Amino acid sequence: MTGKEYRTITDVKGPLVFLNKTEPVAFGEIVELRLTDGTLKNGQVLDTSDDQVIVQVFEGTASIDKQTGIKFLGDVFKLPVSTDMIGRILDGAGRPRDGGPAIVADEMADIIGAAINPYSRQSPSSFIQTGISAIDACTSLVRGQKLPIFSASGLPHNDIALQIARQAKLVDSDDDFVVVFCAMGITAEEYNFFVHDLERTGALENACLFVNLADDPAVERLITPRLALTAAEYLAFEHDYHVLVIYTDMTNYCESLRQIGAAREEVPGRRGYPGYMYTDLAMLYERAGLVKGKKGSITQFPILTMPGDDITHPIPDLSGYITEGQIVISRELHQKGIYPPINVLPSLSRLMNAGIGDGKTREDHKSVSDQLYAAYAQGRELRGLVAIVGEDALNERDLQLLKFADIFENQFLRQSRDEDRSIGEGTLDYAWELLTNIDTKYLVRLDQKWIDKYHPTEKKE
Amino acid sequence: MSKENGVIYRISGPVVTAVGISPRMYEVVRVGDEGLMGEVIELHGDQSVIQVYEETSGVRPGEPVVRTGQTLSVQLGPGLLTKIYDGIQRPLPELEKTMGVFITRGVDADGLDLEKIWAFSATAKKGDSVSSGDVLGTVQETKTIEHRVMVPPGISGKIKEIKSGDYNVTQTVCTLEDGTEVQMMQKWPVRTPRPFTKKHAPEVPLQTGQRILDFLFPLAKGGTAGIPGPFGSGKTVTQQQLAKWSDADIVVYIGCGERGNEMTEVLDEFPHLMDPKTGEALMNRTTMIANTSNMPVAAREASVYTGITIAEYFRDMGYDVALMADSTSRWAEAMREISSRLEEMPGEEGYPAYLSSRLAEFYERAGRVETLAGGDGSVSVIGAVSPPGGDISEPVSQGTLRIVKVFWGLDAGLARQRHFPAINWLNSYSLYPPSLDQWYRDNIKSDFPEIRTEISALLQVEAELQEIVQLVGSDALPVDQQLTLEVARMIREFFLQQNAFHDVDTYSDLKLQYTMAKAILSFQEESKKAIAGGAALEDVVNVPARTDLMRGRFESGYEEKIDEMLEAMNKQIADTMEAN
Ligand SMILES: Nc1ncnc2c1ncn2[C@@H]1O[C@H](COP(=O)(O)OP(=O)(O)OP(=O)(O)O)[C@@H](O)[C@H]1O
Ligand SMILES: [Mg+2]
Repeated sequence: MTGKEYRTITDVKGPLVFLNKTEPVAFGEIVELRLTDGTLKNGQVLDTSDDQVIVQVFEGTASIDKQTGIKFLGDVFKLPVSTDMIGRILDGAGRPRDGGPAIVADEMADIIGAAINPYSRQSPSSFIQTGISAIDACTSLVRGQKLPIFSASGLPHNDIALQIARQAKLVDSDDDFVVVFCAMGITAEEYNFFVHDLERTGALENACLFVNLADDPAVERLITPRLALTAAEYLAFEHDYHVLVIYTDMTNYCESLRQIGAAREEVPGRRGYPGYMYTDLAMLYERAGLVKGKKGSITQFPILTMPGDDITHPIPDLSGYITEGQIVISRELHQKGIYPPINVLPSLSRLMNAGIGDGKTREDHKSVSDQLYAAYAQGRELRGLVAIVGEDALNERDLQLLKFADIFENQFLRQSRDEDRSIGEGTLDYAWELLTNIDTKYLVRLDQKWIDKYHPTEKKE
Repeated sequence: MSKENGVIYRISGPVVTAVGISPRMYEVVRVGDEGLMGEVIELHGDQSVIQVYEETSGVRPGEPVVRTGQTLSVQLGPGLLTKIYDGIQRPLPELEKTMGVFITRGVDADGLDLEKIWAFSATAKKGDSVSSGDVLGTVQETKTIEHRVMVPPGISGKIKEIKSGDYNVTQTVCTLEDGTEVQMMQKWPVRTPRPFTKKHAPEVPLQTGQRILDFLFPLAKGGTAGIPGPFGSGKTVTQQQLAKWSDADIVVYIGCGERGNEMTEVLDEFPHLMDPKTGEALMNRTTMIANTSNMPVAAREASVYTGITIAEYFRDMGYDVALMADSTSRWAEAMREISSRLEEMPGEEGYPAYLSSRLAEFYERAGRVETLAGGDGSVSVIGAVSPPGGDISEPVSQGTLRIVKVFWGLDAGLARQRHFPAINWLNSYSLYPPSLDQWYRDNIKSDFPEIRTEISALLQVEAELQEIVQLVGSDALPVDQQLTLEVARMIREFFLQQNAFHDVDTYSDLKLQYTMAKAILSFQEESKKAIAGGAALEDVVNVPARTDLMRGRFESGYEEKIDEMLEAMNKQIADTMEAN
């Protein structure tokens, strides 16, 4: 580990340092930089050849000069992991931030994380009740899923994430979740909000935090989620924990990625983000799931803020292409004063079908959810029409659907921050009750047998 | 071909530069102390540029690079079916055995099980003159698929010895008079199309059981289709539906740079799903390639070639093969990533300038052919495309649409309304109907093409009427146009929508599709009559028997009941006249 110290820097550009005349340096090797004033910085090798080595410096290149000493530590980046991480707050590079002792490693884990063999995966299929009707009914979450929250600045995504973290439970077992929380470039205020809430509810003892704040080094953000996921994998697959990973804000992560790409003068992809951003994000998101023969699981809740509320922006777009659905927060609903302002129409849970139905939630769940969607979608569309032609031009069916859209938003979606609705009575029965506002003949998505069994006024006992 | 040794000069992600060797283009080399597998993709000066199929972190300049003399090839023979491979044909279960659940590196695994014994039954005999592609004998590879052992391309002669019996894939089953020994396993370089005698025009539809596909935008056996769509619009579900229900003999499913869980889902489901044709598990006819988004990009680049070579091999036996690639965009991105590491001049949006020619070459490997042995085989290729932001003006979508003959355009708006499959009926197309129509007339019903035209026309008219409705509301339309809207709604909700996750609705055969389409037209006709006879539109569209007819498609045995239900509906519609 005690390699030679080099003072052969030729160029410094953005977060990158270029040097030459080294002994063979490994791709991905960890680097220690000693500034002339004695400050230490860390970095990682991005490109290596006989003639030149490119190092990405996590803490940024401020104050680095050609006298800076560079030492190659002989290994790729590893995180000391142990179950003692639970209850701890670490910084964006994995060092204690809570004044506590260093983590005594039970194991040193490579943070890049090897891909799970698709053959070794187990399909996620256990329903997680979040107690939030919009999610439980329409975009049901299952254990082992990666389901991001697509939000935008000024919207209450943090409240929703915390409510999920607080309320999430499996209906068929009483296993608890351990939360791994990963902050990337969020403000101190947001961070305090999270920590206070976790403290208030006692969840902090069952959580492990990796924190890189807005004024921490931007490049460090590229490793912070990898540390968090490495910890999560260790807890899940070595110690059988069910881990809920919340990371925020993916948008800051992607900005750092773009910064590195620009410094390397790479050919940029869309809107200046690197062409490999899809693959890079997949290396994070795909670290969710269940594995055959292991009891633990990793469920991911990445939060990202869509620049300009634009869902086609590369960050939400590429995320959506990798994750198993998305929960979309709507500014319009938020402005109407509805919490949680989840727009169920662009939201989706792709693993929903595997996690709901008879024996999991309830036999009518799929039907009810389809019907809610359809009616709400049509109702919302009619709002546009009514704005032009007035309600008089609508037929009976359309009038009912129009009214239903309001009912759906104000009664079904709306709930308080500590309201924990059960899937059966709290959510599905409630949905049936609200659907009585529409004539059954217009409820074409409902199987007759469920109408006969669950419709409050038309059921046949 | 000396096995000279070189050393690594540079490592940049999946791209490694070596000096001290002069390999051939596309030669497989072993990189570094761990012998990682790589392929030479560029030669300049004394440097060989290699794309490495495994993670390169920890590898250093100065480590060895060794030539193998081979180009990137797959092993072909009995044992391909029911398997799941990574992008370079390493069986994933084998990797699990040696590496555990996480894919590490430096492990080799043969594509075929070299030890496994198969019962070979010779169909050619001593003294026969055979040449490339001729069938020497068969092996019952799975319950439903007979594997035809062929003379490998480039070999011909008179059979000196051939014997039925138990062999593994590397044992000689046949010897020719010139001493050439033929084994059940052959190797083929993935980047080279396998030879055939000639291409035929496709004239038989690939039946998929998906109403909107079969009825409105059919794909021919040996044809090509592209499915572009934004995330969450249904590319994967559609591809999986095709893998499940299409009437191909063999299915090759390539998960290229997509989710791990989706492959697991196929692995879990297929052994339990019945092939409607054979009544046996669908897995029996399926080979899967899984190189997920977090697996090395170079192997992702190779995965589509691995898949299509396996598809061609089964085609050469005279089978109809359907290949799905989900998603070709991820393949294109792998090319882009490698290309940018090579510091090549980028074309549009950073993709390499050769993107469109690679796409064309890939889809050109589809087709219905006369095989070398004189048989008839086909490879149909269905590629998903994942355009950024759902905007198909980007290079991969455009490059694909220039080549494929069927365009199934997925629409975010329809998906959001939960109209599935979210295929936009207004902008999708198929260029095959003219060549398939005779088949429909002969095999389904003589007026099948005409009924299709009527249905499409109604959807077109609806789109025009909708524009007016947006301005004035539907009540302002004359009653006949209001009826047209109702008929079109019935087409959408009853016919085009099809729930892939519903046990019954998931599959409709062509005959049922035809009957359902006729039922809609019959509704239109009867309603017109009733309205002319004084009935109110409201009453006509709300007859309970119509709801029954529509809901009936979720019940098994629908094909037996539909005629009766139709009659009931027609009667109730006629009755609405008297009520007035
Ligand atoms: N035919 C269908 N029937 C019912 N549901 C469908 C159908 N097609 C798509 N869906 C729904 O849409 C969801 C998304 O579909 P799918 O995963 O195929 O999207 P995709 O286009 O492959 O997205 P991505 O590009 O992100 O992979 C599914 O999980 C399912 O809920
Ligand atoms: Mg998909």
